Amino acid sequence: MNAPMKTENLTPATHGEDDVQSHFNFAYLDERTKRMIRRAILKAVAIPGYQVPFGSREMPLPYGWGTGGIQVTASVIGPDDVLKIIDQGSDDTVNAVNIRRFFQRTTGVATTTRTVDATLIQTRHRIPEIPLAEGQVIVYQVPVPEPMQRLEPRETETRTLHGLAEYGLMHVKLYEDIARYGHIATTYDYPVLVNDRYIMAPSPIPKFDNPKMHMNPALQLFGAGREKRIYAVPPYTSVESLGFEDHPFEVQRWDAACALCGATDSFLDEVITDDAGTRMHVCSDSDYCQSRQAVEPGAQA
Amino acid sequence: MKSEFRRADYVAVKGGETAILNSYQLLAEQRRGDHALPELSVPQIQQQLKLAVDRVMNEGSVYDSELAALAIKQASGDLVEAIFLLRAYRATLPRLGTSKPLHTERMQLDRRVSATFKDLPGGQVLGPTYDYTQRLLDFTLLAQGESAVPAVKPNAPVVMSESSFTPRVVDLLNDEGLIETRPIPPGDPAPVDLTREPLRFPAVRSTRLQNLARGDEGFLLAMAYSTQRGYAHSHPFVGEVRLGSVELEIEPEELGFAISIGDLEITECEMVNQFAGSKTEPPQFTRGYGLAFGHCERKAMAMSLVDRALRADELGESIESPAQMQEFVLSHSDSLEASGFVQHLKLPHYVDFQSELELIRKMRAATEVTP
Repeated sequence: MNAPMKTENLTPATHGEDDVQSHFNFAYLDERTKRMIRRAILKAVAIPGYQVPFGSREMPLPYGWGTGGIQVTASVIGPDDVLKIIDQGSDDTVNAVNIRRFFQRTTGVATTTRTVDATLIQTRHRIPEIPLAEGQVIVYQVPVPEPMQRLEPRETETRTLHGLAEYGLMHVKLYEDIARYGHIATTYDYPVLVNDRYIMAPSPIPKFDNPKMHMNPALQLFGAGREKRIYAVPPYTSVESLGFEDHPFEVQRWDAACALCGATDSFLDEVITDDAGTRMHVCSDSDYCQSRQAVEPGAQA
Repeated sequence: MKSEFRRADYVAVKGGETAILNSYQLLAEQRRGDHALPELSVPQIQQQLKLAVDRVMNEGSVYDSELAALAIKQASGDLVEAIFLLRAYRATLPRLGTSKPLHTERMQLDRRVSATFKDLPGGQVLGPTYDYTQRLLDFTLLAQGESAVPAVKPNAPVVMSESSFTPRVVDLLNDEGLIETRPIPPGDPAPVDLTREPLRFPAVRSTRLQNLARGDEGFLLAMAYSTQRGYAHSHPFVGEVRLGSVELEIEPEELGFAISIGDLEITECEMVNQFAGSKTEPPQFTRGYGLAFGHCERKAMAMSLVDRALRADELGESIESPAQMQEFVLSHSDSLEASGFVQHLKLPHYVDFQSELELIRKMRAATEVTP
């Protein structure tokens, strides 16, 4: 039923670090599984923001650690792709390193940390600061694909609400925030309306990144392995963060600049630098920070 | 005291790959333990930790005691981790076919217990069980000695069933029409395979049973226990629990008849539950079903209780308790999903936490202004 299919043109690449490639198919998944996932992706692209159920497989990495993103990446990656993997904006956090290593071992494709050089970017919790271009694909790792899950845990109910475009529940939640705190108290995974139809979870990116999704020239794919859903935002699709006329959506702003590159337009992480709790702000996007430092060496030293 | 940390000293955390490779090394050392002791072999685990192997085969959904034992060794005895290893291994294996239904009434019994009838055709067979052991630590095992338990005498009445056919208790009740029957639906539709297709709600019973069979034993046990403590009462009786070997048959299309491809050791539990009747059904007994690879009675019994609780909708019972709620039970039963998502909290969440920091500061500033 699911016998491995012959892959004609996908010769294993040469610069893998061990013999994993001789034991497993290119990009680990068997070709029938990839085909099943690609069909789900095609459906997702055809219905922007709609969550397509798919037969998520157990991957050799744990559920909740990026298995949805990994399955999507494994299904679309080809030998000529240049892959970038980030977690929290950085290429160097252990989970990003681990996933990158997984694809190096199973595909042998070239990897990069540079956003502009990548054809395929898998991310957890950030969108790169450098705008994406046509032809690039960004794959988001999604823990909870259902934006209303915390309001209504039953999938049978939320499915109906999506079907009827009945999103009062979400708007009431945002309104209650305003009534209670004076502003919308959601800072990440901030709900968006895609193509004027489906409310979608953008994955736990900070709301700072939400505007980058709107009319983005790149193809945006979302994989939720544990919850077994795939969804997509095709290039140049409207992505509107929810808000009200008198309380419009707004993003975080910092009083500080990046201590390393001086950027004032990027998402900044606070870093505690000594026992006394002294803090500094640095770019969460390590590639953005490094490329700015390379252009202006010692700009802030 | 403030340290001499300047921003020029700050570099983003690097060297993740080296750290990961080093962690493999440390893990291997931890697994091996003291080199003065002989290394545990996979056949030893297979033979001497049978019940652990059986649990891993069940929740790992692979009937292969050698691979399960290997997974247990590799996971240093962490059974949930071993289950993960086995599941990841099976995920990309081809599916060659579908078996014929098992004929458990033709099981070669090692154990068979009914709580509903004192004696019944085929008899009660105690078999290997911890049930009537007195839980005293056996220090002879510590001294590497042979246990004081006398060897089973040849021809002793451990297995009383001589016949190859032992009717199931539910079939005996059925002769009187006192218990619901579950005839094979017309056309015998192929069941959904949750390893190929995502779980959708509402899920039919065969799908639910597959989910429960793969479900975490501890979770099912707690769910089953909750039905005994007032959260969905189902008046259960163990119709029977049986353990033994049963023939596995497939019917290849090109052959047109069934062939046996081997024996499976399984545990089967039929729970019999009171049912007061409904508008369409007379009062009768209803059934909850549990089936597990190998010797897993706790699992099979818990499964049968949860299966029955999940039939509330079909039987017109009000759904009030977690064990009756499909989405609650089936979405949280899988140890891989649960373990992965709980433990993903170890991953960096700098960005989300940063966002929350800003929010909390903003909220606090607002309350300070308006006391």
